[in-house]
Amino acid sequence: MSAPGRVVSISGLTKSFKTGVTALQEIDLDIRPGEFVSLIGPSGCGKSTLLRIVGDLVQPTSGTVLVNGKTAHRARLDHDYGIVFQDSVLYDWRTVSRNVSLPLEMLGWSRARRKERVREMLELVELTGFESNRPWQLSGGMQQRVSIARALSFDPALLLMDEPFGALDEMTRERLNMELLRIWEKAASTIVFVTHSIPEAVFLSTRVVVMSARPGRIADVVDVDLPQPRGAETREQPRFFELVTAVREALAAGGRGQPAPTLPAGTEERY
Amino acid sequence: MAMASVPALERHRGIRVGASRAGGALRRVGTFVAVLAALCGLWEGYKWLWEWAGWTWPFTVDDVTMPHLHDILAAFAEPTTTGGPVLIDSLLHAAWFTAKEALAGFVLGALIGFGLAVVLAHSRLLERGLLPYIVASQTVPILAIAPMVVVGLGSKGLEGWKAVAILAAYLTFFPVAINALRGLHSVDARALELMNSYAASRWKVLWRLRVPASLPFIFTALKISATASVIGAIIGETPASIQDGLGGAIVNFNQYYSLQPTFLWATNIVAAGLGISIFALVALTERVVLRRAPENVA
Amino acid sequence: MEPVPPGVVRAIGGRFVDWLPALAVFALGLALWQGLTTAFNVQTFLLPKPTDIATAFWNDRGTLWDYGLYTLKEAAGGFAMGCSAGILVALLLARFRGLGLALLPFAIAANAIPIIAFAPITNNWFGLLNPVSKMVIAAVLCFFPTMINTLRGLTSVHPSSIELMRSYGGGELAVFRRVRIPNALPFMFTGLKVSAVLSMIGAIVGEYFGGPTNALGVSILNDSQLFDFPRAWAGIMLASAFGIAFYAAVSVAERLTTSWHPSARTFRSE
Repeated sequence: MSAPGRVVSISGLTKSFKTGVTALQEIDLDIRPGEFVSLIGPSGCGKSTLLRIVGDLVQPTSGTVLVNGKTAHRARLDHDYGIVFQDSVLYDWRTVSRNVSLPLEMLGWSRARRKERVREMLELVELTGFESNRPWQLSGGMQQRVSIARALSFDPALLLMDEPFGALDEMTRERLNMELLRIWEKAASTIVFVTHSIPEAVFLSTRVVVMSARPGRIADVVDVDLPQPRGAETREQPRFFELVTAVREALAAGGRGQPAPTLPAGTEERY
Repeated sequence: MAMASVPALERHRGIRVGASRAGGALRRVGTFVAVLAALCGLWEGYKWLWEWAGWTWPFTVDDVTMPHLHDILAAFAEPTTTGGPVLIDSLLHAAWFTAKEALAGFVLGALIGFGLAVVLAHSRLLERGLLPYIVASQTVPILAIAPMVVVGLGSKGLEGWKAVAILAAYLTFFPVAINALRGLHSVDARALELMNSYAASRWKVLWRLRVPASLPFIFTALKISATASVIGAIIGETPASIQDGLGGAIVNFNQYYSLQPTFLWATNIVAAGLGISIFALVALTERVVLRRAPENVA
Repeated sequence: MEPVPPGVVRAIGGRFVDWLPALAVFALGLALWQGLTTAFNVQTFLLPKPTDIATAFWNDRGTLWDYGLYTLKEAAGGFAMGCSAGILVALLLARFRGLGLALLPFAIAANAIPIIAFAPITNNWFGLLNPVSKMVIAAVLCFFPTMINTLRGLTSVHPSSIELMRSYGGGELAVFRRVRIPNALPFMFTGLKVSAVLSMIGAIVGEYFGGPTNALGVSILNDSQLFDFPRAWAGIMLASAFGIAFYAAVSVAERLTTSWHPSARTFRSE
């Protein structure tokens, strides 16, 4: 599953859009197996774009991205990663179990094998019993758990998550944070996690990458040395507050970058 | 919600071309000309191929079933009766006649439909009672009743064009009512709460909030009804009692089709032109009133 | 013809008590019709008494029913042709977006053409007595609503759904098969329901321009020209009933295939 050496290796990555906006500039980042790396930064810092470049969903302008030692493109075709969006993106016309088995169907798994794996994954995210439900019958938090189950169903080395809990309320969010850590431990995967929330980033990660905007750069990297396994009490430790403060100060120091250029009217581009 | 701009991937369906206005318009005209030319080519090509091969499926092709395009165009300049007006003249007059009928009914129907929608939006009871019929009425083949209405009312002395206008009004009334109602109800609950916090009267809420919200829905219905009104007008004219309109022209030229096929084709081109013009008029009005591009889907 | 807005039936209510006002109106309307036409002796020129219409229908029920079936055949044939063409073209335009964008204004304009004006020409092509001449009219009427609605469904896909597919290494075909087509089904059925109604109307009105005597539209026209309005209205009512039945059949098919669709969208926001 996870290769020795780097899972993700980014070097000199730059991304500019046709409109002249530079989303990312000279990004260098290495992610080791088993890490939980958060990307945090103000709107427009390119964190989501960076995530998508790793997933080969966006092409970089220059620089190299290696995932599992291969090009991002190869990694995508080899199904080396799973992705979770802020919107759970479940298909209304499929039941919960069929939503989870979607990537497995595309990989050509046999029906029996799919069934077993779906059962395992739903157990992992604690949604056993909801196999035949439809997505709209579930709460937002439950939908996201299905989305996570789906992303992990084929045992990818890497999990990319784009503000997966952004649309949920604080309490559900904290609960899902704990669940995610539990899943991370059990599945032994590497996670790259984009978020807006400083406490969330500190609570979940082994490293927090702080980005600044316009152009998108890495301003700072904060190592989170809180002990594992983490739980509710972790949020109340003094060290937690110190780290949150460190990240906050790194964000402020990274600054807002240059003033935003006005985008031409009619273009729909957000990072 | 963060969404990377990805040229290679999907964008929203309301694609806006970021290019300059002039370039876009030029491209639009160019595509139009190209497609038109392609269609003409297709017509003549099909005709040539079928005549050359002698195929009779789906129908035999000759100068009567498929006149040459240039012959049809030439027909516009020919007189319809010896010494009479040229075809294009009489067709344009007929089109204008039909247009007036259709528009009169269209406007009347739209006003009544809108009024009804306002009433139903404010009375749950009336809505419950009448809505099913308004919905079911759309499945009644109004167009099927058209000749009967015109003949019947005509025999009572009502001028032909008035009966046709009533028909057009009927065709417009129901779609407008249903869509306007949907639009009046489509107001965001929070916007309503805001209005209530201003202690706004029902009337104010209606005009400041509901009506503007319902306009896109109403225009959708108007675009459909505009077309339907023209069709209704043409159908209504066909039972040979109204000679002055396009329907009458169609019936006339249909009788002499084997002798002069181009006249009927020319009439259909004018009828198509009428339908498209009225539709375009409504679409243009929509653009002006709503100050945005009309929805790309009919 | 605007399709029934989603959620209308739901808004009207599933409980019997919700239907009472509507039933009351129906009974009232019928009684009013009968009462007024009798009381004021409104000449049966235009609006015969409901009882007269019912009698006329009953007397000729065999013949009228047969005529109706003949016309229904034309409508069904046109429906089949027009809707399949519409779906195919929609798939094509969704696959090749550039083509779709270039052709869309033409499709919208073509939709505004009074197709019915071509009835005399199709009669000339296929023969007055040939049902195909009316089928073609019905087919053209069915083509546009089906094509436009299906296209809308194929293209109104959440961008994230497509990114998800790409993350699985899926190409255009996978996207079509697993995302666009299932997503388009409810939209397609909206178009099909509109087409069902239009096909019947197209067949009947097409027959007004000429057709065999055993067709319902021809029968209605003949009756009205002979001033036999009760029988003409009976024919209209039958045509209407067939149209509604066709619509209902499509609705049932919709229910069976898209039972997953969250009909939670309500007609009203309050």
